[in-house]
Amino acid sequence: MNISEKLYRRRRLRNAAALALSGCATVFGLFWLLWILWTTLVNGAHALNPALFTHSTPPPGESGGLANALFGSLLISALALAIGAPIGVLAGTWLAEYARRGRLGEFIRFLNDILLSAPSIVLGLFVYALVVKPAGHFSAFAGALALALIVLPIVVRTCDEMLQLVPNAMREAALSLGVPQWKVTVQILWRSARPGIVTGILLALARISGETAPLLFTALNNQYWTAKLDAPMASVPVAIFQFAMSPYEDWHALAWAGALVVTVFVLLLSLAARWYLRRAHVAHD
Amino acid sequence: MIAIPMNDTAYLRSEVLAATALPQASRIAVRDVDFYYGDFHALKRISFEIAPLQVTALIGPSGCGKSTLLRIFNRIYSVYPKQRASGEILLDGENILDPRYPINRLRSKVGMVFQKPVPFPMSIRDNIAWGIRHHEKLGRGEMEARIEQALSSAALWDEVKDKLGQNALSLSGGQQQRLCIARAIALKPEVLLLDEPTSALDPIATGRIEQLIEELKRDYTIVIVTHNMQQAARVSDKTAFMYLGELIEFGDTERIFTKPDKQQTEDYISGRFG
Amino acid sequence: MALALLGAALSMAWGGREAFATFGWKFLISTDWDAVNHRFGALVPVIGTLVTALIAMLIAVPVSFGIALFLTEVAPAWLRAPVASAIELLAGIPSIIYGMWGLFVFAPFMAAHVDPWIDAHLGSLPAIGIFFSGPPLGLGMLTAGIVLAIMVIPFISSVMREVFLTVPARLKESAYALGSTTWEVAWHIVLPYTRQAVIGGVFLGLGRALGETMAVTFVLGNAHQLTASLLMPGNSIAAVIANEFTEADSELYRSSLIALGFLLFVVTFAVLVVARLMLRQMERKQGRA
Repeated sequence: MNISEKLYRRRRLRNAAALALSGCATVFGLFWLLWILWTTLVNGAHALNPALFTHSTPPPGESGGLANALFGSLLISALALAIGAPIGVLAGTWLAEYARRGRLGEFIRFLNDILLSAPSIVLGLFVYALVVKPAGHFSAFAGALALALIVLPIVVRTCDEMLQLVPNAMREAALSLGVPQWKVTVQILWRSARPGIVTGILLALARISGETAPLLFTALNNQYWTAKLDAPMASVPVAIFQFAMSPYEDWHALAWAGALVVTVFVLLLSLAARWYLRRAHVAHD
Repeated sequence: MIAIPMNDTAYLRSEVLAATALPQASRIAVRDVDFYYGDFHALKRISFEIAPLQVTALIGPSGCGKSTLLRIFNRIYSVYPKQRASGEILLDGENILDPRYPINRLRSKVGMVFQKPVPFPMSIRDNIAWGIRHHEKLGRGEMEARIEQALSSAALWDEVKDKLGQNALSLSGGQQQRLCIARAIALKPEVLLLDEPTSALDPIATGRIEQLIEELKRDYTIVIVTHNMQQAARVSDKTAFMYLGELIEFGDTERIFTKPDKQQTEDYISGRFG
Repeated sequence: MALALLGAALSMAWGGREAFATFGWKFLISTDWDAVNHRFGALVPVIGTLVTALIAMLIAVPVSFGIALFLTEVAPAWLRAPVASAIELLAGIPSIIYGMWGLFVFAPFMAAHVDPWIDAHLGSLPAIGIFFSGPPLGLGMLTAGIVLAIMVIPFISSVMREVFLTVPARLKESAYALGSTTWEVAWHIVLPYTRQAVIGGVFLGLGRALGETMAVTFVLGNAHQLTASLLMPGNSIAAVIANEFTEADSELYRSSLIALGFLLFVVTFAVLVVARLMLRQMERKQGRA
C-alpha cells in the first residue's frame, strides 16, 4: 500500500510539473510575440503621420513618407494575385475534380506542398535567373512574378481542399440534371467552395504583402514614384529593409512606420479571412 | 420499333398521356445488366421491366445493390472511373448504356433525387432555373411559369412563393428535399429516380413526400430505393427484392408483401434478416 | 496549368546549377569570401545557416510542444480557441518585422544583459567555453537563432496542435480510464500516435528556419569569418544573398551567390520532402481510421 501511495504521489507530481511547464511554454511563446507587436505598435505609432501616405521616400536627412513604396506594394501585390490566383484556382480544380486519386495528381500535390514552404529567397533567385537576367534590368513585373510563385501554391492547396470538401451528392445532383461537367464545376462547385477559396486568396495576399526577400533582386527599389511595370519599383518591405539597416534616425522612424502599416494590414487581412469563412459557415448551417 | 412486349392497358394509358402533351411516360427494360466496382461484381445478370406511370420500389438489405441499380438508370455512376456496367437498359427502345447515347439528354429524361437533400448554394428560384437553362431557352415569363409549375407539382409553391429570392439553404430539410424533387421535374423528365429520399427526414416530412409520390405517379414513371419496407408497401405498385447483387423476386407489391414466391423474400419482409 | 509548378521546380534547380558548375566542389569547403579578388567559398554561410537553424530548433521544438499540449489537453476550454487563433495570427506576421525587432530591441538587450553574463559564466568553462566567449555585440549567431526560434514557434505549435487534435478521443479516454495522468496520456499515447506528423511539423519548421532571410539578415552581423563562438557575428546563405546580391559587381560574384541559393534550395528541398512524406503518412493513417 505504502509503495503504491508513493508511486501515485510521484506520478501526480510529475504530471503537475509537466502541465505547469506546458503552461509556461505558452506564456513564454506569447510573451515574445506580444513584445514584438508592442514595440512595433509603439515605435510605429510615433512615426505615423499624414506625410507617410503623401510623400515619397526621402534621401538621407530629409523628411518624407512611404507613398511610392505603398503604391508599389499595392501594385506588385495586385499583379501577383492577378497572375497567381487564376492559375492556382484552375490547377486546384484540376487536382480536386480530375486528378483526385491518380498518381500524377498525388505527385503534383506533393510538389505543390513543397513549393508552398520553399524559402521565398530561392523563388526570388529563380525569377532573377528567369526574367531579370535575360531582360538585363530589374522590374516590378519580375517582382510580381516572384510573389505570384508564392501565391500559387497557397491558392492551389486551398482550392483543392475546399473542392474536396464539397459533398459528392452535390456533384451527382448537378450532373443528374444533365448539365456538362465543366458547367457543374464552374457554377455549382466553385460557388459552394467560394468562402474557402476566397479565404485562401486573402491569406495569400497577407503572406505576400510582407514578403521582402524575393523582391530584393526582382523589383529592387526606387526612390521615386513610378507606375512603370518594366522599371524597378519601391515596395514597403524593401523600403523597411533599406531604412532599418541605415544609420539615420529618421529613416529608422520611417521603417517602424512601414512595419506598423504592414503588420496591421496583414493582421486585418487574416482576421477578415477568418471572419468571412466563419460567416459563410454559419449561413450554411 | 417497339421490341418489348407490353401490357395493353399501360399502352393505352401512355397513348392518352401523349395526346394531352404531358411528358411522355417511359417504360424501362433492364436486360442482363452486370455492374462492377473495380473487381467487385456488384450486380449479377439483372433483368426486369419497369412499367410506365407506376411506382417501382427496390428493396433489400443494405449492400444488396439496390442503389447501384438505380444509379445505372441515368449513368451517374460514370462519374467514377472504376465503375462500369454491361448489358442493356432500354429506354423507349434505345439502349442508354450505349456510350453513344448522349448522356446529358439521358439525364434530362431521367431525373434523380438523392438520399440527402442537396440544394445548390443559390436562391430557390435559381435552383430550379439553373437546370432548365442548360436544356431550353425560355423567356422571363415562361421561366417564371415553369418554376411555379415545378414548385407546385412538388407541393412547395405555397410555402416559398413569397421568398423565391432567398437562399435555398434557409429551407427546412423536408422543404429542401421537395425543392430537389421540383428541380428534377422542372426538366420535364419521363422517369424519376428516388434514392432513399426520406431517410434523412422526420416522419412528418416523410409523410408529405410519400403523398407527393402518390401524386407524381400520374405524370412520371418512378423508381424508388428504400430501406423502409412499410414505405415500399405504402407507395409502390411493383416491388423488386434484391439480395447480394441478384434480383430475387419482382412483382406486384401486394403479392410480394402477402405471399412471396421465394423463401428469402419472405424472410426479409417478415424481418428475419436484414 | 498544374504543369507550371513542375516546370518551376525543375528550372529553379537548373538555374542554380549553371552557376554552381563554375566553382566545383571546392566551393563547398572554402572559407574565402573576397569580392575584390573574386574568390568565393560557401563554408561560412553554410555553417551559419545550420548553426542558427539548430539553435532555433533547440528552443522552438520543446516550447512548441508545450504550447500544443497546453492548447489541446491542459487549458480550460474557453481559453483554447482564442489562444490558438492568436498564435495562428502571429504566425502570419511578416518575417521582416521579427528582423527589425531583433535589430532594434532584442540585440541591444542581448548586448546589455545576456551576452556579458554568458561570457562571464560560460565562457571560461573548459571545452564548451569556446562557444560562449566573445564581446557583447548583441548581433550574432545566438541572437539570430533566438529570433528564428521566436518566429517558428507559432508555426510549429499550430501544426502540432492540429496533429494532436486528430488523436481519436476513445484512445485518450481508454487511457484516462486506466487512471493515467494527463502527462502520461500525452507522452505515452498522444505523442507515439502522432510521432510521424510531429516530426513532419518540426521539419517543416526547420525548412522555414533554414530558408528564412529577413529575420536573420538583420541580426546576424554579416561577417565572413568562421568562429566557434555563438556570440560572434556570422552569416547565413539567405542573409548573404539578401545583403550582397544587388551589390555584386561581377558575373562570378553573382553566380556564386546563385550557387549559394541553389545549395539552400537543395537542403530545404530535402528537408521539406522528409517533412511532407511524414505528414502524408499521418493523413493516410487518419483516412483509414
